[in-house]
Amino acid sequence: MAGLGSACLLVGLLTAVYAVCASLHGARSGSRAAVVSGRRAIYCVAGLMVTATVVLQSAFLRSDFSFKLVAEGSSTDTPTFYKFTAMWATQDGSLLLWALLMSLFASAVLFATRRSLRDIAPYATAVLGGIAGFFLLLMVGWENPFTTLAVAPVEGAGLNPLLRHPAMMIHPPMLYTGYVGFAIPFAFAIGALIVRQTGADWIRATRRFALIAWTFLGAGIMLGALWSYSELGWGGYWAWDPVENASLMPWLIGTAFIHSIMVQEKRGMLKVWNVSLIVSTFVLALLGTFLVRSGILDSIHAFGASTIGKQFLVFIAVVIMGSLALIVSRLDDLRSEAKLDSLMSREAFFLVNNLVLVGLCVVIFWGTFFPLISEALSGDEASVGPPWFNRVTTPLALVLVALAAIGPMVPWRRASRSGLVRSLRLPVAVAAITLVALLALTDSADSPLALVMFCFVALVLAVVVQELARGTAARRTITGDPWPRALGQLISRNRRRYGGYLVHAGIAILFLGVAASSAFQEQRDVRLSPGQSFEAGGYDITYVRPTAEVGRDSAGTGAPITFGAVLRARRGDEVQTLRPSRNYYPSQSSEAGPIGRFFEGEATSEVDVRWGLRRDLWAAVRPDIAELEPAIREADAKFAGSRDDVQAIVIAAIVERYREDAPPATFRAIDSPLVSWIWIGGAIMILGALIAIWPSPQTRLRRVTSVYAARLGKELSQA
Amino acid sequence: MDPRRKRKLRLFVALSAAVLLAGALVYTSFSASTQAKQPSDLLAGAEQGRSYELTGKVVKDSVDKDGDRLTFRIRDRDGRESLPVTYAGVVPDPFREGREVIVSGQLEQGTFVAERDSLITKCPSKFTEDEQST
Repeated sequence: MAGLGSACLLVGLLTAVYAVCASLHGARSGSRAAVVSGRRAIYCVAGLMVTATVVLQSAFLRSDFSFKLVAEGSSTDTPTFYKFTAMWATQDGSLLLWALLMSLFASAVLFATRRSLRDIAPYATAVLGGIAGFFLLLMVGWENPFTTLAVAPVEGAGLNPLLRHPAMMIHPPMLYTGYVGFAIPFAFAIGALIVRQTGADWIRATRRFALIAWTFLGAGIMLGALWSYSELGWGGYWAWDPVENASLMPWLIGTAFIHSIMVQEKRGMLKVWNVSLIVSTFVLALLGTFLVRSGILDSIHAFGASTIGKQFLVFIAVVIMGSLALIVSRLDDLRSEAKLDSLMSREAFFLVNNLVLVGLCVVIFWGTFFPLISEALSGDEASVGPPWFNRVTTPLALVLVALAAIGPMVPWRRASRSGLVRSLRLPVAVAAITLVALLALTDSADSPLALVMFCFVALVLAVVVQELARGTAARRTITGDPWPRALGQLISRNRRRYGGYLVHAGIAILFLGVAASSAFQEQRDVRLSPGQSFEAGGYDITYVRPTAEVGRDSAGTGAPITFGAVLRARRGDEVQTLRPSRNYYPSQSSEAGPIGRFFEGEATSEVDVRWGLRRDLWAAVRPDIAELEPAIREADAKFAGSRDDVQAIVIAAIVERYREDAPPATFRAIDSPLVSWIWIGGAIMILGALIAIWPSPQTRLRRVTSVYAARLGKELSQA
Repeated sequence: MDPRRKRKLRLFVALSAAVLLAGALVYTSFSASTQAKQPSDLLAGAEQGRSYELTGKVVKDSVDKDGDRLTFRIRDRDGRESLPVTYAGVVPDPFREGREVIVSGQLEQGTFVAERDSLITKCPSKFTEDEQST
């Protein structure tokens, strides 16, 4: 089976190279047959990648340990769900995932544009084939996921326990879909530059793909944050870790891109800017993939010693220099068709929003690569921590949220003062009332920045509600429909616009959660014996009793031993029970004894969170099993040669001993206000993006009529 | 004002704003940064009262726990020189003897006193590698 997989990769590489050659030849000579053949070669690559993935996944599901990847990343006792996700827990497997998603995406867009963009599409095909070819080359040459072991081990090493979380099923594929998706507009931008068709055609053809990529990347980032919050035992959702930053940077520039292309579509301006943005987005997406692999920056995500860092660097350099040269040589074709009329115009606001987003990205880039920069400048490797990131990004985030409120209210070309006053009067009043109410009713004045953010959030929400209400009222006067129907019609007829408003509302709500939870959360770390209590935020928390179980891990991660605690949290009349625990996975090390290995391997926190709209109570426990050590040593000596079932009974007895007489355990409890609104805001954002992506009935109708007209024209010309 | 002068003025204002912001960025990042050092660097000479980020590997059999307090030694990545470290707070899941860790704090009388909760363990994905080598 591994042979089939390797063959798929090799044939895939050759097919991708063929796709590049055929498309270029077709574009140069005008041979349609060659262009079509090149496009179909990309479909073939997609088919081959699907086959290769099926081969690999079936090896994981069958636990075929002759595959090196399966032996290292899975085991027979890994739950089936996590066998399925183990593919992208490794470097080689995630390269295959990249290639798979990339070729599927490329096929979809090439199929969708097969009858349009006749000049640009062949070059875009060549670029996409080149990118797919690069990833295939990496797998064929250096990191083959189908490497086999001469002697298949009886049991695999198992999936890294930290990755055993439901979000891990979808977080990496979503991020990759985002990264890969930005290759599509990039390829078409390059194609448009080559053939000097720098109008808005390539943007219209790939806008939807850019939005899809943006949505997936955003959803992937959100899921990563959720994983960090609910699986990693530290209680935060964002740590400014290099790899987190690496995923945020292309998303920020992608956000700038989907805003500024509207200016090019409407006014024919910002052409150089737009192609530069999409090139940067794609380069940052590659950089994101590269950072995970290279190990040049310290990160919790880094795969162990990587062999393909250099290749990535070379590829990124080629992409940057090629694109730059192309843009410079086409500067004449990229001249703006119009001038900025006024600073109070939609164009100008888009420009400012773009500058802030790019500024945010530059700041994050600087901080992420600061260890390298400082080593180059001063010779000392130094780094900046989360406090620095928080300090420099907060003002930019504030400006961004304010722009999200005001921007959509400013008309194209030139705004009249009275018009602006009319549309902003009510929202500003709402924001002012919010400010007064917050000052009077809460102690949010302790954090002025958070207070400002709350007001801006109110402003955005008021603007969105006002726009929806106005539009619906206008529709009602025309059609006389009832409110809900008018609202539905309004949104479905202007999906892009109202989807966008919804995204703005989602972002605002997300920032509400971020501001509240970072400014007003209270965290306590304590060491307690059963029966003792402590306070965290508004909660009075008691360590009721320890728990200890064998083979009954409630999260279904396949851990044999779980130690935990039952906590009772009281806040006024409200009483909640939390059961945080910690899973212990057996060590594979040969140094550990037959019993001891069950206690000395990896251990992960199973956090317990009481989710709430007003506040979350988050708790993690770290049992102290050091006191069990003498008993474990003794058991190791006594029962080393015993049968498995005897050893199991001994382990159960040791575990039981913890339950009966537990030493003090370390707890972390966090009382975090409004943190759930981060996830709610994220969900609203994705919903809004989906509305904007979904084709509206009119465009579908238009497409059908245009296809029909084209066919009619063809027949007429033949007649 | 004539439009060309106006545009030039705008450009000038925008550029100076950009330069100012970039300067602020460089300044804040350098003043807020902590230097990453290995034990041998600190042994060779460390400023009193300055914060450092100490990286290196946890020495085998050096980890000792006393209640909430953890003491261990960190040695150079590829060397023998080592420093004792005292630490309090949350210990990350993948913390083990022999693993590479990062901890921030100050050197006080030959002992590296770490800030609360500053311990970071590098690369949990690397543990597959560890297992093969043992």
